[in-house]
Amino acid sequence: MSELVRIENLKVYYPIRTGFFNRVTDNIKAVDNISFTIESGQTYGLVGESGSGKTTIGKSLVGLEDPTSGKILFEGHEVTTNKQKKAINYNKDVQMVFQDSQSSLNPRKTIGEIIAEPLKNFGVPNVIGAGYDGERSFDQTKINERVLALLKIVGLPAQTVAQYPFQFSGGQRQRIGVARALATNPRLIVADEPVSALDLSVQAQVLNFMKKIQREYGISFLFISHDLGVVKYMTDNIAIMHNGRFVEMGTTNDIFNDAQHIYTKRLLSAIPSLDVSKRDEKRAYRKRIESEFTQNKDAYYQQDGLRDRAYDLEPITKTHYVALKKEGA
Amino acid sequence: MDGKLLEAKNVSVDFRIDGQYQTAIHKLNISIKHGEVVALVGESGSGKSTFAMSVMGLHNSDQTRVTGSIKLNDNELIGLSERQFDAYRGVSVGMIFQDPLSSLNPLMKIGDQIAEAITVHDKQSKKVKQRVQKLISDVGIVDVQRVSQQYPHELSGGMRQRVMIAIALANEPDLIIADEPTTALDATIQAQILDLIKEIQQKKNAGILLITHDLGVVAEMADTVTVMYAGQIVEQARVSDLFNHPKHPYTRSLLRADPSEVNSGDELYAIPGTVPALKDMDHSKDLFLKRVPWLDKAEVEATVDEKLQKVSDGHYVRGNAWQNFEFLEDL
Ligand SMILES: Nc1ncnc2c1ncn2[C@@H]1O[C@H](COP(=O)(O)OP(=O)(O)OP(=O)(O)O)[C@@H](O)[C@H]1O
Ligand SMILES: Nc1ncnc2c1ncn2[C@@H]1O[C@H](COP(=O)(O)OP(=O)(O)OP(=O)(O)O)[C@@H](O)[C@H]1O
Ligand SMILES: [Mg+2]
Ligand SMILES: [Mg+2]
Repeated sequence: MSELVRIENLKVYYPIRTGFFNRVTDNIKAVDNISFTIESGQTYGLVGESGSGKTTIGKSLVGLEDPTSGKILFEGHEVTTNKQKKAINYNKDVQMVFQDSQSSLNPRKTIGEIIAEPLKNFGVPNVIGAGYDGERSFDQTKINERVLALLKIVGLPAQTVAQYPFQFSGGQRQRIGVARALATNPRLIVADEPVSALDLSVQAQVLNFMKKIQREYGISFLFISHDLGVVKYMTDNIAIMHNGRFVEMGTTNDIFNDAQHIYTKRLLSAIPSLDVSKRDEKRAYRKRIESEFTQNKDAYYQQDGLRDRAYDLEPITKTHYVALKKEGA
Repeated sequence: MDGKLLEAKNVSVDFRIDGQYQTAIHKLNISIKHGEVVALVGESGSGKSTFAMSVMGLHNSDQTRVTGSIKLNDNELIGLSERQFDAYRGVSVGMIFQDPLSSLNPLMKIGDQIAEAITVHDKQSKKVKQRVQKLISDVGIVDVQRVSQQYPHELSGGMRQRVMIAIALANEPDLIIADEPTTALDATIQAQILDLIKEIQQKKNAGILLITHDLGVVAEMADTVTVMYAGQIVEQARVSDLFNHPKHPYTRSLLRADPSEVNSGDELYAIPGTVPALKDMDHSKDLFLKRVPWLDKAEVEATVDEKLQKVSDGHYVRGNAWQNFEFLEDL
């Protein structure tokens, strides 16, 4: 296994401006000192509270957000700034599936044009495979062929290639975003809620395909999702986020079978069950864990204004890290 | 009142694509009683949002043809003018849209947008500011002050979704149409939002049309479930019957694709093939059977009765293929 991406002490703050002079009076600490590593050919899951900073991490990785401080390394090369990214032609290797599929698709372009865009910029690789550095074709027929192949992979009829985004359903638009990200066979895909608008069967089709290209070409994914069933199935490692911080980090097994942090436990307890007859039981269990969370919160968080700020991560095994108060602190 | 809040009969919607009308939903029948939660599930692109938008009267009338009848508290909605629709949109019917970003005003602060939703139908409304703040905090947002001063693009995906939920619930409507209301929410906040929706439902005896791909949410919330495939209803049942005794081959295939118990080394079950393009849909057939390549051709091509077959009390299914359908692996 080799390291593809390393994120070191990443902070992304947004200024809060108030008053008549629009002065910066405070910061939103969207990402507050985060470090982790994505291995090549693996899937790293990012899970956590809505608003905890997952998309912001993803956007920093693809260069859509400027880090306030910290470093991003790609195979050992620093790619924190856009200038550094350009220097190693990083953009051809990294693509993103956006959480808001609708607004990420240009309304005036047909979906054929949208999916072809990265192919026009970076070419159709002669050999489809991650990290392929050989020849790429800019031939229009090759591009068209690839577009149709991609539509099929995400389950859209070929006839729809000349239609515009507004003529598609929510889940169909999401699949267009997935097809665009897959088009050039990048080495890293930041997949921000890539299947949240899909029914289970189309979701299975997309997830099977993601696993297939990972097996065959060693693509890595940063997989952001609220669906814990999907996360469990897809990921090798997981970090749990709360208020801009990691509260727990480990292998998928560590998180699902040996959760330690009170927020992780609360999150896992809230997964809805398919068993209709257990509705009330399930609800009572969730409520119990919720009140445990409220009672014991102070042992797991420091106060930072209105927000709870998690402690720094400490290792409890070689792979498993938890944000716990240090002894004696 | 006979308890019927919404009664949709024979609703069809055609979109003009390339100059020709193509059918997106074909003769839907759905009714919702006061206090009832009806879940609408089905294949991506099967017409769920299209149905919701016709209840709200939000289709572009130049490019869309809506036929049939949709009655809300016995008043016909199809054919109403924009102004007539305005009288109940956001008042007696609140809609949570599938795409939060495009339903919020990008140039208006969050607090002002929620305030507008409150005052637009109630000019006399007092204590607007307090109500706005309460709504923001009810949807689980801690930094109420900060968020009410922010613009939509400055919020996370799930925060935008919750703001939209606050707007849809602001006037405590009689009918709540929730189109994928919790896709951007983590499990704990999702639970909180579902509790909130239920609370308003109980207070007002409201009906809910819940469109979702999350079958866990269906199992927790719904009284009855309607399953769609390619613009048609293929099954309708009480929630426990649907999960315990699914009948239609599509419903059974859908449930089989659940990843939560699958080992990460194994492939997920996915229905073979893809849905046809709208113009290739012949709604006199059971269109799903084309996705079952091991079936007999005569069965696939057979014309199917427009009316759903009754399986048991409250449980209806399309066509007869369910009677001897089996998965290829089990044959
Ligand atoms: N452009 C911006 N300006 C100001 N604040 C922002 C901006 N973008 C994000 N934020 C804030 O940063 C925080 C983290 O947002 P982010 O989108 O990363 O969350 P997330 O974990 O992806 O949440 P979700 O699961 O809801 O999508 C939020 O509090 C959000 O309001
Ligand atoms: N404005 C439009 N013009 C043309 N076709 C449209 C339009 N809106 C939707 N469609 C088509 O109608 C069908 C039904 O779309 P709809 O949005 O109702 O699906 P859905 O069931 O909500 O799917 P999802 O679960 O993916 O959101 C799809 O094939 C879609 O491509
Ligand atoms: Mg996000
Ligand atoms: Mg939809």
